[in-house]
Amino acid sequence: EAMVVFSVYVVNKAGGLVYQHDNYSPRTDVEKTFSYPLDLVLKVYDERVVVSFGQRDGIKVGYAVLSVNGMDVNGRYMTDNRDVLEYLNTSFNYPLAIRFGRPRLTSNEKLMLASMFHSLFAIGSQLSPEPGSSGIEVLETDTFKLHCFQTLTGIKFIVLADPRQAGIDSLLRKIYEIYSDYALKNPFYSLEMPIRCDLFEQNLKVALEVAEKAGTIGTTS
Amino acid sequence: MYGMLFSIRSFVNKMSPVDFRDGFLSFQTSKYKLHYYETATGLKIVMNTDLGVGNIRDILSQIYSTIFVELVVKNPLCSLNEPIQSELFRTKLDSFVRGLPFFSARAG
Repeated sequence: EAMVVFSVYVVNKAGGLVYQHDNYSPRTDVEKTFSYPLDLVLKVYDERVVVSFGQRDGIKVGYAVLSVNGMDVNGRYMTDNRDVLEYLNTSFNYPLAIRFGRPRLTSNEKLMLASMFHSLFAIGSQLSPEPGSSGIEVLETDTFKLHCFQTLTGIKFIVLADPRQAGIDSLLRKIYEIYSDYALKNPFYSLEMPIRCDLFEQNLKVALEVAEKAGTIGTTS
Repeated sequence: MYGMLFSIRSFVNKMSPVDFRDGFLSFQTSKYKLHYYETATGLKIVMNTDLGVGNIRDILSQIYSTIFVELVVKNPLCSLNEPIQSELFRTKLDSFVRGLPFFSARAG
């Protein structure tokens, strides 16, 4: 079973997202052919078309319409700007194949989530029963574990990985090293701005692969 | 704290790469670990421990079923949406927590 690092976020001092990388395989996607009328009840939520009732065949409540007949949808509209719900309510268009899955995060949502975590990190240190606490370093759920490393200059490196994945602490330090080598030392990079350095991305991807392999070896013994 | 937990739940819901059963379990900082358990009725149980403590979800679940349900829900004098005044609840919970394997009397 492949153990992966799901994503990496780099957040600046003000809570703004300066770098983001996703790495997860779409394990929850389900594609099926449907005939009119649809058994599922769909509604528009957060600018996406999601299943609100009628869970069946692996398609769960909360899953969004990802593509229709192989064409990816753009939020609640198809690529030709027709409304998805209207299209799915017209019997003439059936039979058709719809792919459902957990909604993908848009860039805007990632920006908001990064800022949100930036605040939660700070509140974590304020809620501490002991004095002198840091912010949130690890956040655990049953599907992923979020690790955060804040540098002395206030930059946060955030990694989301499988809960059983080992060696994330050293991965975070390694990402910090790659950041200082390929972003900070790059004369064209401005501090606190989005990172657009090829060498940073390339080296980051290599570091992720190394960490995934090392983590797997550690836990299968 | 409620606002913080509510935000974390919403954050976790959006960030999770696959569907989850239990959701947010805990978070830790350099000094403490906050454990979270939510019941089907929306009641939230939070316990702060030091960093050496692992997964105590079953302990929090026990607190809910054997202490909260027995002494608060089943108590006709306790109204569920108000702060718990029951002295019995307080003492039972206190002795339960003191009896936990990871509880040790704090020095000083």
